[in-house]
Amino acid sequence: MAKSENELTWKDIEIGAAVIEPGSAAAYRTGDWRSQRPTYDFSRCLKCGICFVFCPEGCIRQNQKGFFEANPYYCKGCGICAYECPTRVIVMREEEEK
Amino acid sequence: MKGKRHGIEVSIALADAVKLCDADVIAAYPITPQTHIVEHLAELVAEGELDAEYIPVESEHSALSACLGSAAAGARTFTATAGQGLELMHEVLYVASGMRLPIVMAVANRALSAPLSVWGDHSDAMAVRDTGWIQIFTENGQEVVDQIICAFKIAEHHKVLLPVMVHLDGFNLSHVIEPIEMPDQQDVCSFAPHNRSPLTLHPNHPVAMGDFAPPVVFTEAKWAQEQAMLSVKPTIIEVWDEFARKFGRPYKPVECYKCDGAKNLLFTMGSFSETAMTAVDKLRQAGVDIGLVRLRLWRPFPFEEFRAAVKDAETLLVLDRCISSGGPGGPVASELKSALYNLDKKPKVVSFVGGLGGRDITVAGFEKIIVDGLELAEKGQERIFEIVGVRE
Repeated sequence: MAKSENELTWKDIEIGAAVIEPGSAAAYRTGDWRSQRPTYDFSRCLKCGICFVFCPEGCIRQNQKGFFEANPYYCKGCGICAYECPTRVIVMREEEEK
Repeated sequence: MKGKRHGIEVSIALADAVKLCDADVIAAYPITPQTHIVEHLAELVAEGELDAEYIPVESEHSALSACLGSAAAGARTFTATAGQGLELMHEVLYVASGMRLPIVMAVANRALSAPLSVWGDHSDAMAVRDTGWIQIFTENGQEVVDQIICAFKIAEHHKVLLPVMVHLDGFNLSHVIEPIEMPDQQDVCSFAPHNRSPLTLHPNHPVAMGDFAPPVVFTEAKWAQEQAMLSVKPTIIEVWDEFARKFGRPYKPVECYKCDGAKNLLFTMGSFSETAMTAVDKLRQAGVDIGLVRLRLWRPFPFEEFRAAVKDAETLLVLDRCISSGGPGGPVASELKSALYNLDKKPKVVSFVGGLGGRDITVAGFEKIIVDGLELAEKGQERIFEIVGVRE
């Protein structure tokens, strides 16, 4: 998508608000309604990828060190990753908390 | 281009007009008083006279949903309904207009239950006035045929791409036999050729329609749709002008009858207009200063044409065939009042509600409405609206 959804004017909307670009949903910030976010203590991480498998949003990727981490742009804060993590690496915290 | 006029039931003529337009898909559920329209279309398809897909469905909700799919695939799509059926379609009406699908629908206007009524009334049309469909009201059988043909051309026009409803009064129009001139097949084909939508479902050009829009973009999507709706009137007029040149019958968004210099105007929609004209004729002969304004285009509302038609009038008597329950009386009257509100010089509006659930209003009835209305305008109206002919 050429413009982010915040910049779209009514003139940019296709006829019938159709979406003509495949995969364009990636541009939508689906994580902006999150009230809790996952935080990580990677010292206990086994890099097992169970969080990656269970994430319903598909927003977890391996970072450069091989740890699995959610992308906050898409993460809705459901907490399934924290629930499934066998070594309790992931803790859900309120958005406002540091 | 004059053809032969012959007596035919208006519903049958309407179905024949759909055939002349060479519709590709028809999905409809029979409901009184619309039944004859789709019955005849089913016959035409079954007998091979119309090469179309006739989809039998289990409800009006499914009928319009099927139309949605076929129109999205680029097929010329027609359906018809009435009263409760239109209400059952209600949520899909928004989807069709939001997706800008050029579906044409005939609505044989009928009252809404309860109590159960199958007879003529505008409650169904008024309940869907905000769904984003173009709404055209017709006065007689010839107009029904002509407007169906125009509706396909309007709906599929590249500047429009919006669904169109053609309203005909249930029974009063749908079931009467009138002398109608059916246009020639060749002429209809050249006037309203199948105009494919620029955006249709096709495996080679994937597109997602009616998608999820979060709050950050929904307003823009609706405003884009509204801009389309607000800009279609010139195209509708252009199509009607072209129709007049080709078939010799002119149509306008607002029509005036004996309005020149008239201080008092009666306002009607639909098939009552012709009865009202006779009443206007009689009262004019008796020296009453009265004219008739009738609206053909209800959505988009033709504000300029309406204001121009009533600019010299002092009194406007409005007849609604629908009650806006607990509100300002009739929805048409309240709309007209809002159209006039910001003008410095405006006529006094007297609102009448009548002709509900098929109740006939005769020429004498209209004479009484006019005489009573003028009296009320002079001495001031106590009630917000007057109900016609109710037994106290």
